[in-house]
Amino acid sequence: MSSAAAEAAIGSGTGTERFDPSIAHLTHVPRRHYGRWIASLLIVLAFAYVGKAFAEGQIDWKVVGQFFTAQAIMEGLVNTIIMTFCAMALGIVLGILFAVMVMSPNPVLKGVAVFYIWFFRGTPLILQLLIWFNLALVFPRIGIPGLFEARMVDVMTPFVATLLGLGINQGAYTAEVVRSGILSVDTGQTEAAKSIGMTRLTTLRRIVLPQAMRVIIPPVGNEVISMVKLTSIASVIGFAEVLRNAQTIYYANARVIELLIVAAAWYLMIVTVLSVGQHFLERYFAKGHNRRRARVAARPAVGA
Amino acid sequence: MTPIVVAADVRKTFGSVQALDGVSIEISTGRVLCIVGPSGSGKSTFLRCINQLERIDSGAIWVDGELVGYRRVGDKLYELTDAEVARQRLASGMVFQRFNLFQHLTAIENIIEGPVTVQKRRRSEAIDEAVALLDQVGLAAKRDAYPSELSGGQQQRVAIARALAMRPKLMLFDEPTSALDPELVGDVLAVMRNLASSGMTMIVVTHELGFAREVANEVVFMDQGAIVERGPPQDVLVHPQQQRTRDFIAAVLA
Repeated sequence: MSSAAAEAAIGSGTGTERFDPSIAHLTHVPRRHYGRWIASLLIVLAFAYVGKAFAEGQIDWKVVGQFFTAQAIMEGLVNTIIMTFCAMALGIVLGILFAVMVMSPNPVLKGVAVFYIWFFRGTPLILQLLIWFNLALVFPRIGIPGLFEARMVDVMTPFVATLLGLGINQGAYTAEVVRSGILSVDTGQTEAAKSIGMTRLTTLRRIVLPQAMRVIIPPVGNEVISMVKLTSIASVIGFAEVLRNAQTIYYANARVIELLIVAAAWYLMIVTVLSVGQHFLERYFAKGHNRRRARVAARPAVGA
Repeated sequence: MTPIVVAADVRKTFGSVQALDGVSIEISTGRVLCIVGPSGSGKSTFLRCINQLERIDSGAIWVDGELVGYRRVGDKLYELTDAEVARQRLASGMVFQRFNLFQHLTAIENIIEGPVTVQKRRRSEAIDEAVALLDQVGLAAKRDAYPSELSGGQQQRVAIARALAMRPKLMLFDEPTSALDPELVGDVLAVMRNLASSGMTMIVVTHELGFAREVANEVVFMDQGAIVERGPPQDVLVHPQQQRTRDFIAAVLA
């Protein structure tokens, strides 16, 4: 529309051409996003180029396929999954414990928790792993006098050192996540719990933590995914996880990239499965928070 | 009549603010006491001191014959443990301005939480009682609704049922209708009216002067942390003796 025509329409028109009801039945055409089409095309081209480079490069894809389910890789995979699970479980238990301690009115508990978080967040994970693994240099023997005693090198296996290193370090981070989750629960909830005679601990267990979970789950899910990959650091102290075993194989057959691709593919698969699990966990702990009538109706009712 | 709540010279400060400045009062079993007064007059604080959501600085409160929060040994008062305080709170039920229903539990789960978790009553028995209580507050159909699916008035009625499920000897209401849309106030007041006529001892902090005049046996007017005037509703609300009471009532009715 020219500016003169526009002015006529807005300005001194008689009314009929300003509001023409007959256009009400015209078809609406959505905006065309040409930019997106062009961008997609460029990205596909870039991927095709990189893909071609890898396909023609010095990669023996047959070796990738051959080692994808090799026994050593499978064992490493199992170790990675077990370690992720155990270290994360330890981390969450410690995280909740220390979060509650940090928020405690008891100055002794609070002090211990603050120190713990300060120490384990303040030093590199790989350094902590090395300290745990080499603890035998400081304490050759471990035990409670009269009850049991053992040589530290027998106790502090790569598995134990990795578990302690990853789990305790994780606990320091999870404590902060749990603390923010607890803070997100309205104080009215605590007061209502007190008013029906709950002790502090019962209130925490029955009322505050279940509601804090909604805030805690997304970052902890994120940390589980980090943990899957962090287990690879334990290869430095000889824990036989996927990456370590892949390395052991390529030290023997020199197929470095092929085996790294195998390890990468497995990490991606674990993380994908975990992401789906996280989605369902988040949905579960959001209950009562959103108006989800459909889900409430489908939920089994309490009692008879 | 035996007093169920006795307060003697209760004082409490928040920082530099004197929230309670020597409150003394006795409340008899089966009576309905309404506490009115301007915001910041200490009426909610006093209510919260009765069930130990706030700790008092000095003075003493007895609920159902027990000294609240302390054990007396000789001429010293020793602070009670967390568990002992929790047990003492069972004597009173509390209804909050903001309802404070447990957001992650359905209406019926909110009501049975205390009986099952705290009082260790049988779940099936608690559920039967909760159903009866929901019926009593007119919400039998909402038993499996989450708080976020209920209106403010419905949430407050569930909250009343939750408090009653603990079989308290005394009910405390902290401005129970102040957070409600005007059209929802009536339902909550109706439930409270029924409760009062059933003989429940009630202390109600409220701005609903009509409700106070109709239901209360006694009205207390508080200002600046102290009781200014107390007596039957006709005296305090209709023919107040003190200028401060008159000013307040005129301001509320204006």
